[in-house]
Amino acid sequence: MTTPAPSPATGHLRFEAVTKRFGAHLAVDRVDLDLAPGQVFCLLGPSGCGKSTLLRLTAGFEEPSAGKILLDGQDLAGAAPHRRPVNMMFQSYALFPHRDVARNVAYGLEREGLRKAEVAARVAEMLRLVQLDHLSARRPDQLSGGQRQRVALARALAKRPRVLLLDEPLGALDRALREETQAELRALQRRLGTTFVVVTHDPAEAMVLADRIGVMAAGRLVQVGSAAELYERPATRYVASLLGDVNLIEGRLGGGGAGALRGLETPLGLVQAFDHHGAGPAGAPGLLALRPERLTLAGQGLPGTLLDATYLGDRIVYRVGMADGRVLRAAGAPGAGLGVGTPVHLSFSSDDASLLPADSA
Amino acid sequence: MTGRRRESLRDFLGRLALPAVPLLWLLAFFGLPFLVVVKISLSDPATALPPYTPVLDWDAGLAGWADVFAALDFENYRTLIADPLYLAAGLTSLGVALAATGLLILVGYPIAYAMARAPKAWQPLLVALMVIPFWTSFLIRVYAWIAILKADGLLNQALLALGLVVKPVEILNTPAAVMIGVVYAYLPFMVLPLYAVLERLDRGLIEAARDLGASRLGAFRTVTVPLSLPGLLAGALLCFIPITGEFIIPDLLGGTDTLMLGRVLWTEFFSNRDWPLASAVAVVLLVIVAGPVVLFREAESRRLERP
Repeated sequence: MTTPAPSPATGHLRFEAVTKRFGAHLAVDRVDLDLAPGQVFCLLGPSGCGKSTLLRLTAGFEEPSAGKILLDGQDLAGAAPHRRPVNMMFQSYALFPHRDVARNVAYGLEREGLRKAEVAARVAEMLRLVQLDHLSARRPDQLSGGQRQRVALARALAKRPRVLLLDEPLGALDRALREETQAELRALQRRLGTTFVVVTHDPAEAMVLADRIGVMAAGRLVQVGSAAELYERPATRYVASLLGDVNLIEGRLGGGGAGALRGLETPLGLVQAFDHHGAGPAGAPGLLALRPERLTLAGQGLPGTLLDATYLGDRIVYRVGMADGRVLRAAGAPGAGLGVGTPVHLSFSSDDASLLPADSA
Repeated sequence: MTGRRRESLRDFLGRLALPAVPLLWLLAFFGLPFLVVVKISLSDPATALPPYTPVLDWDAGLAGWADVFAALDFENYRTLIADPLYLAAGLTSLGVALAATGLLILVGYPIAYAMARAPKAWQPLLVALMVIPFWTSFLIRVYAWIAILKADGLLNQALLALGLVVKPVEILNTPAAVMIGVVYAYLPFMVLPLYAVLERLDRGLIEAARDLGASRLGAFRTVTVPLSLPGLLAGALLCFIPITGEFIIPDLLGGTDTLMLGRVLWTEFFSNRDWPLASAVAVVLLVIVAGPVVLFREAESRRLERP
């Protein structure tokens, strides 16, 4: 509703080989990214991976050392933060302590020189949107954490930005409130249709909020895709272990290439698995990534011994000792318990297993 | 039971003891002496020791107190109001203090701002540099300004050498010299409280303001300045109050033209030996400087008891 249609030739928000150096430290390293309008994009990664820097580059608090950031085809280089049609919701919320809730939300509108009545109307609309209209006269220090978070959101949205940047928007909330707020945030975004770029270190949060996720590590964008893509077809060991539990078995790659089934010679024997992203040339070291729930206890397959079974309500996690001493985890529906020490076989479908390069981050 | 009661009594006394210390201190070293000053200001001068009457006769008991009270009057205050000299001195004091405080804000704010924005590792050094002048006697530092400002002083020699003036500028013994001395002497008292609030200011707030459409100047005006007001007020009071009663700087740098309350008080007390009139000046001075303090307290409590 507030996002103008992007020209089809360029993306809505586009990063072209964006690089940021702080002295000798490479904070963001040749990031290419193309975001569609009206979507929620999550930058996911550990602290210090460059995701917040990428956000600050977009807001204009830092300028890229190299590369370009384009918004609807327009290069943002050199534009001061107050001249960019993007707004940011800060991790600390950065609410003005000397202004009450309504005047915090009004701040950006007052800077635009809107008439008083118009400002008041828009502030009231925003406060209704985040269900804080009854607290408009409170000072930030009289609000709870969740209320402050919503004021920060209303303040950033009041200017109707083309892109809203959210830096760990739920990081300061406790667990129960975070889950509730995730759903609210998602619903709000759908209603407004504003493009959200969310920075988070929490994979579960990224999976709940995002249409697409970009995983960052050490300044590089490692993989971009939907939650399902990242989970089912990780490109690297890092992505595979970030989004949930995974069994990793090292080996030597057989012939073939990206987009096909390939063999991997492992200490447990030759296995077949899908190479989604190109794990490397034949003979190179590779990794087999297997989600525990895709490993089943069966009559045949890789032989091992059941070490223990943990009942987790919705599933049971089995730890199975393999022939070479490694332990694999398999998850299944709760059912008839198997005795500890029972010989078992682990089987999996080749389509559910991914081949990764061994040396990937 | 008794154990608990004794415990709570001790707690009660403990609660009383903490605020009692500064209260007793104030009472002993400010309240009582000030009462004595008020009493002397209501007395008459006399060629005696002490140089005023009435003097309380401690042996006469209640009758002695009654005699003293009967002899007190407001004559000295009437003198202060009637003689334009005192009014002029009072206005000069207020004018100098106000102008100097304004100048100190103009000079001190950029310094405090630059200190707060300097790299964290430098800041202790910068604060130390601000405080180092205190290691030298105040009197000596003011004397040093005489050497700088006098007709053949450092400043005039420099101006002449640079060809900026053809004959020495007369600065010493003018109000300008007083202003220079006062701003120099009180700068740390303005800079340090301002630095304290500016250093704690969350940089994220400035970024938020910029993000929401404020220019650099706009963010400074709408965020930095309002949030530094407590430090600005504290600094202004720390400067305004002592400058109003300042004696040494106008005496050494201001010559005979600059008549301020501090010098009037000194003259009445030491030259004219008119203790009652000097005491009256002291009381008036306190009332003048108490005004801003009361206003400051009002502002503070309004800020604390937010709606």
